[in-house]
Amino acid sequence: MSEKMRQKAQILDKEGIRRVLVRIAHEIIERNKGTEKIALIGIQRRGVPLANRLSGYIREIENKEIPVGVLDITLYRDDLTTLAHQPILRRTEVPFPVKNQKIILVDDVIYTGRTIRAAMDAIMDLGRPNIIQLAVLVDRGHRELPIRADYIGKSTPTSGKEIVAVRLQEIDGQEGVFILGEG
Amino acid sequence: MKLLIKGGTLISPDQKKIFSADVLIADGKIAVLSNNLETDGAVIIDAAGKLVLPGLIDLHAHLREPGFEDSETIATGTMAAARGGFTSLACMPNTDPVADNSSVIAFILKKARQEGKVNVFPIGAITVGSKGEELAEMAGLKEAGAVAFSDDGRCVSNAAIMFRAMQYARMINMPVIDHCEDTSLSDRGAMHEGYYSTLLGLKGIPAAAEEVIIARDLILAGDTGCRLHIAHVSTAGSVQLIRQAKDRGLKVTAEATPHHFTLTDREVAGYDTSAKVNPPLRTQEDVNAVRQGLRDGTIDVIATDHAPHAREKKEVEFDNAPFGISGLETAVGLVWTELVNTGILSPLDAVEKMTTNPARILGISKGILAEGADADLTVIDPALTEKVDPARFVSKGRNNPFAGRMLAGIPVLTIVGGKIVFEYAG
Amino acid sequence: MVQKKNLIGLEHIDVHEIELILDTAVAMKEIVSRPVRKVPTLRGRTITNLFYEPSTRTRTSFELAAKFLNADVINISSSASSVVKGECLKDTARTIEAMGTDVVIIRHPMAGAANLLTGWIGASVVNAGDGAHEHPTQGLLDLFTIREKKGVLNGLKIVIVGDILHSRVARSNIWGFLKMGASVSVCGPATMLPADIGRTGAAVYCNINEAIKDADVIIMLRIQLERQKAGLFPSLREYARLFGLNRERLSLAKKDALVMHPGPMNRGIEISGEVADSLQSVINEQVTNGVAVRMAVLYLLAGGGDA
Repeated sequence: MSEKMRQKAQILDKEGIRRVLVRIAHEIIERNKGTEKIALIGIQRRGVPLANRLSGYIREIENKEIPVGVLDITLYRDDLTTLAHQPILRRTEVPFPVKNQKIILVDDVIYTGRTIRAAMDAIMDLGRPNIIQLAVLVDRGHRELPIRADYIGKSTPTSGKEIVAVRLQEIDGQEGVFILGEG
Repeated sequence: MKLLIKGGTLISPDQKKIFSADVLIADGKIAVLSNNLETDGAVIIDAAGKLVLPGLIDLHAHLREPGFEDSETIATGTMAAARGGFTSLACMPNTDPVADNSSVIAFILKKARQEGKVNVFPIGAITVGSKGEELAEMAGLKEAGAVAFSDDGRCVSNAAIMFRAMQYARMINMPVIDHCEDTSLSDRGAMHEGYYSTLLGLKGIPAAAEEVIIARDLILAGDTGCRLHIAHVSTAGSVQLIRQAKDRGLKVTAEATPHHFTLTDREVAGYDTSAKVNPPLRTQEDVNAVRQGLRDGTIDVIATDHAPHAREKKEVEFDNAPFGISGLETAVGLVWTELVNTGILSPLDAVEKMTTNPARILGISKGILAEGADADLTVIDPALTEKVDPARFVSKGRNNPFAGRMLAGIPVLTIVGGKIVFEYAG
Repeated sequence: MVQKKNLIGLEHIDVHEIELILDTAVAMKEIVSRPVRKVPTLRGRTITNLFYEPSTRTRTSFELAAKFLNADVINISSSASSVVKGECLKDTARTIEAMGTDVVIIRHPMAGAANLLTGWIGASVVNAGDGAHEHPTQGLLDLFTIREKKGVLNGLKIVIVGDILHSRVARSNIWGFLKMGASVSVCGPATMLPADIGRTGAAVYCNINEAIKDADVIIMLRIQLERQKAGLFPSLREYARLFGLNRERLSLAKKDALVMHPGPMNRGIEISGEVADSLQSVINEQVTNGVAVRMAVLYLLAGGGDA
């Protein structure tokens, strides 16, 4: 697939990613009136480095340590029985109780909303948080479920044929958000 | 009706020669053997490029009737024999009821006359019910038409019973055929004990299970003077024991089956029940020893041990499946492909092991290609190759592990008593 | 059309598949450790436990694994006697197929039964032990447990002691360990070492003291009294004396050697109570890991394809 897809536009560069994450860090602190009971949970795979970075920015601003968990939502996907091959399971590691916490889910892109639906189910199985909020780097539209993000780095209208590719140093060895398309 | 087989190459182990001649058959006998025969009113069969053999004899087959007609009948079994190029066969007594009395022998002979395609020579049981406990009425069996005694499928475990059976058989000048298996050693085993039984987790039948009984029987045969024939030799150790006994001048003969001179225990991998046979498929070393035994004359006879089973009996867990291979329709092709074309046996020696040798052991006047002899003939095409397809067997038993294998040397015509009972039609 | 997948044994599985199962089991173990041990992954899928041998442990482990993944579970137990009577496996298979199941887990006293089943049904087949052939999920959970404790499998010295002849666990272990780069030794009375076992690549010993020298892992197999009645060894007392693992013998292995047992144990016979309860024993963890490994296997087999 990626061979046929061509890079059509870059919507964020390295500095752009840093800026929107810093802004989101501020918004999180502001919206929650501080950092008490806040925990970040990154969705595998690229939500994980984003959650770690947000935690770092919040520490810089507030000098508070925000716990970060890692969530793999594969087992909660609603399309498992229609896939040809089972997706590879990655680690889920939430080393703190979620009960009565303010959980901020972090992912790279929000699209149909199905991943977030699965992530919320997964978190509920770990315990009952007081509140769940959602932070994403990119909102590309085309929701199929009544879900919206609380913190958005950048909203970008896309067509269904396009792909939003987020590249992060920790996973991809480069930084940037690109729109890929055919032809 | 007269038949004239023209242009074929005749193989006559009786005269120890291979020669070209036409064969005129009349009134169920070979009337004339000569070159360039011309006769009015005879059906002419062109045998150019083909081998004309005395009708082949299978010393060891199971026809399953009476009692197991879902697996085979005298009609279907003899049809399979005809398709496989055999004009005569000896059938084992492990039917239900067991052929341990003259009425079962008479039934088989009557059925064979009525429905059989080839000559049937029944073998009587050694012991009542083949249970290995009391001797069957061996003289009565002989009078009814039995040509040998065997409890095949089972071994006569009790040495004293076997000793007496041999003494008695010697008295009436009949051969004893033993299925050599020490059941305390084979003890519910399902395949050869070796690397593959270890891999598959199946209980093994050690080579020793066969060899200890052969050793015992050879000693008993020496003491009693009985003509002993060892059925389906499968191990290198067995071949060696028989070779040594023959060197000492003992009246012992032995047979090997196509599966034992071709296949190894590796065939069982995947739990293919068509490769479940008793004695089991052994190792390559054993296969080589059986081939060597055939080559040097230690093993006198090639017999099929045709053991057909209804499909559903073999479609079960390996341990639950019965032993046996439906072998009549692949035997000749295997002899030619595996032994003759590889140079292990000359065509003459191969034919001898399927004609004169079994005839001599059973004391029947068959297997001779000469004027005045019964017109039992087998024509094979050494150049014809065919892929084994059990779905096309005429036997009810499709249990054959050679499926898919290319064989060369295919029977194309079988004549019994001057009548064509099988003709190859592609 | 998705190709049907089965797990019949570790002999014919490749290293990458083993690693995928073990890695997946790591994620599954996290679920097993949660307060709510349930994920919706296999909702709407049916898993059938077809047990022709009584086995509370293995059946329960598979059942829990299936239930943690939210699959529906059908348990069919057929007593050994009905197998002996000739109840036709093929007919049972067709019945199960007609009921509509995604995975059949089969335990059977006869080697090859799982293999046979694959030819008759469209569902995936998991072998939960067939005669003396294989017990692949036990082999996998042993691999998982050792990898978790030792970090690696490659280069370890692993010794399996006991009735190798009748052990499907030993066969699965041998294949699994060898494929993952460990060295394997088997040790038992000469009467219980199967023919040509050395051709697998395992070293063969009849002396336990020699076998366990410098071992990283010792797996003790259960000895069954009926084998003594079959004349395979003279007495349990002599067996325990020659092949039992006690504190003194364990000291011949590496200081941090793991002691394992597929269960159920005969304390005081193949393994002393002191060793079974020692810190080196991971026998209880094997049970927990068994559920995680079976979840991984079911996840990898039961999803996908024509739902």
